[in-house]
Amino acid sequence: MSELRDLYQEVILDHYRRPRNFGKSPLCNRQANGHNPLCGDKLTIYLLVKDGTVEEVTFDGAGCAISVASASLMTEMLKGLSVADARALFERFQGAMTGSGDGVDSLEDLDKLAVLSGVREFPVRVKCATLAWHTFRAALDDSDDTVVTE
Amino acid sequence: MNEQVQAVQTAPAKPETAPLDAARARRDFPIFSRRVHDRPLVFLDSAASAQKPGAVIDAVRHCYEAEYANVHRGVYWLSERATEAFEGVRKTVAGFINAADEREIVFVRGTTEAINLIAHSFGRYSLAPGDEIVISAMEHHSNIVPWQILRDEIGVKLIIAPINDDGELMMEAFAELLGPRTKLVAITHVSNALGSIVDVGEIVRLAHEAGARVLIDGAQAVPHLGVDVRELDCDFYAFSGHKLYGPSAIGVLYAKAELLESMPPYQSGGDMILSVSFDKTEYNAIPYKFEAGTPNIAGTIGLGAAIDYVGALGLPAIAAHEQDLLDYATARLKEIDGLRLIGTARDKASVVSFTLADVHAHDIGTVLDRQGIAVRTGHHCALPVMERFGVPATVRASFGLYNTRDDVDALIGGLAKVREIFG
Ligand SMILES: Cc1ncc(COP(=O)(O)O)c(C=O)c1O
Repeated sequence: MSELRDLYQEVILDHYRRPRNFGKSPLCNRQANGHNPLCGDKLTIYLLVKDGTVEEVTFDGAGCAISVASASLMTEMLKGLSVADARALFERFQGAMTGSGDGVDSLEDLDKLAVLSGVREFPVRVKCATLAWHTFRAALDDSDDTVVTE
Repeated sequence: MNEQVQAVQTAPAKPETAPLDAARARRDFPIFSRRVHDRPLVFLDSAASAQKPGAVIDAVRHCYEAEYANVHRGVYWLSERATEAFEGVRKTVAGFINAADEREIVFVRGTTEAINLIAHSFGRYSLAPGDEIVISAMEHHSNIVPWQILRDEIGVKLIIAPINDDGELMMEAFAELLGPRTKLVAITHVSNALGSIVDVGEIVRLAHEAGARVLIDGAQAVPHLGVDVRELDCDFYAFSGHKLYGPSAIGVLYAKAELLESMPPYQSGGDMILSVSFDKTEYNAIPYKFEAGTPNIAGTIGLGAAIDYVGALGLPAIAAHEQDLLDYATARLKEIDGLRLIGTARDKASVVSFTLADVHAHDIGTVLDRQGIAVRTGHHCALPVMERFGVPATVRASFGLYNTRDDVDALIGGLAKVREIFG
C-alpha cells in the first residue's frame, strides 16, 4: 500500500489541512466555478489579472484532499506568472497528469507539483487534481459556465 | 383467472424459515472468488447494485443457450418456449409482491424507467395545472427530476415532505401537506442514502384519505423487506432487478389494473398494439400496452431466477441477518473517534452512511479500495439529503445477504488505516 503513501504525502495533507491563498480575494477581477460531481468537490478560483500578469490567485470551496491540495499548490505556482506562462503551465500540468499532449514533462519537472505524481496511480482521482487547473483556465477566459469534471 | 389464484398462493408469507447461513450463501456468488488489489473482495455496495448468484447467471446462460427467441411473436416451438418462460416470470413477480393479477406487472428497465413511465403517462394525462405532487426530502434523484420536468411542463406543484435529524420522515408534517389539490404522493420505501424505512402503509392511508394516488419507490426495499402491494394498497410500486441479485436493465412497475387500463401508453411501437392501420391504432391489453418493443428477455429470465433464489433463502431470514450486520456495524462504527453517522432512523435497512472527521469521503473510499473494500462515496444521487445534513458527501457501506461480520471487521480495520494516513 505504499502507493497510498505516495498519494497522500505529507505535503498534500498539509495543503489540504492548511490551504494557502484560501478565500475570496477582494482585489479579484475574474473568477470561475469548478465542480466535480463524482466527489461533490466545488471550488471557486479568484484572479487578479493586470497588464498580462496573474497578480493574485486565491480559491475557496470544499473538496477531497487531492483537489484542495492541488488548488492550494496551484495558487502558489501561478502567482506572478504572465498569462502566457500560466497557460503554458496549465498545459504542461494537464499533459503530465493525463499522459497526453506532446509535453514531454514529467511531473517531477514541475517543481512543487511533483508531490501530485502519486495521483497517476489512481486514474479515477486524476480529475480531482486537475479540477482547480481547469477552473483557473475558465477564470482566465472569464467563463460563466461552471467547469464540470467527472 | 386461474393465474390470479396462483399468484395469491405463491405470496411471500413464509413465517418460519431457517436462519441464513451467509458464509454458505456467499459461495453461491462467483464474484467472491476474485481478489481486488491482491486482497479478498469485501463488497459493501449492494445498495448500488448487488452481486449475482450462480443461479441467476446460469438462468441467463440457459435462456440464451436453450430457450432463446423473441417473445409474443413466433408460432414456432422455440418462441413459444421463450414466451412461456418470460410470462412465467411475470407470474413469479406477481407472487413475490403479492399482486392480485399478473396483468398488473409491467416490465421496465428499472426503477428510473418505472417512475418516468408514471410521470409521462399518469402524470401528463391525469394532472392539471395547480395539482400537487408530494415527495419527501430523501428521494433519489430519479424520484425528483421526473416530477420537476412535469412541474415545468404542465404547472403542477412539487411539495417536499420534511425529514428529521435522524433521517426519519416527519409523518405529522407530511399529513399536513396533503390537501384537496394533492393528486400524487411519490415516496421512497427505503432511503438509499440514509437507510431509513418509511412507514408507507401509513402514507398510503393518509394519501388515499386525501384522494391522492401513491407511487412507492421500492428500489431499496425489495431486497430487504417482504413487500405486499395489496396489503399496502399502494397504486404504483417500482423496483429494479439489479439490486435484488438479478440482472441490470430489468425492473418492475406494479400498478393497479384499473389505473393501467385508464392510462395512455408511455412508449409506442411493436408489441403494444393490437392492430395498426394508417388511420387508427388499437392498443394491446395491459400490461402489454406499456411494453413497446422487444423486451429484455434474458434479463427477465434472470430476474425470475433471482426472486426464486431469494425466496428459497427466505426474505425474513435475509432481513434478520442484515439487521444483525447493521446493529454490529453501527455499534463498531460508533466506537470510532470523529465518526458521524448520517441517518440514524429507528427503522433502518442495512445501510450505514457516515463521515469521518475532516477526511473527505472520496479519500476514505480510495484508502478502503486499496484494501479490497468497496464502498460507495459521494452524494448517492440524493443531493438534497446531503444538503439537509450539511455534508458534501458521505461514505456508505451497505450489506447484502452474502456479507458477514468479517466484512464489517474489515471495514473497521480499513478505517483505522484511514486514520493512520490522515492522522
Ligand atoms: C431509492 C432509489 N430509487 C431509485 C433508484 C434508481 O434505480 P435504477 O438506477 O435501477 O433505475 C435507486 C438506485 O440507486 C435507489 O436507490
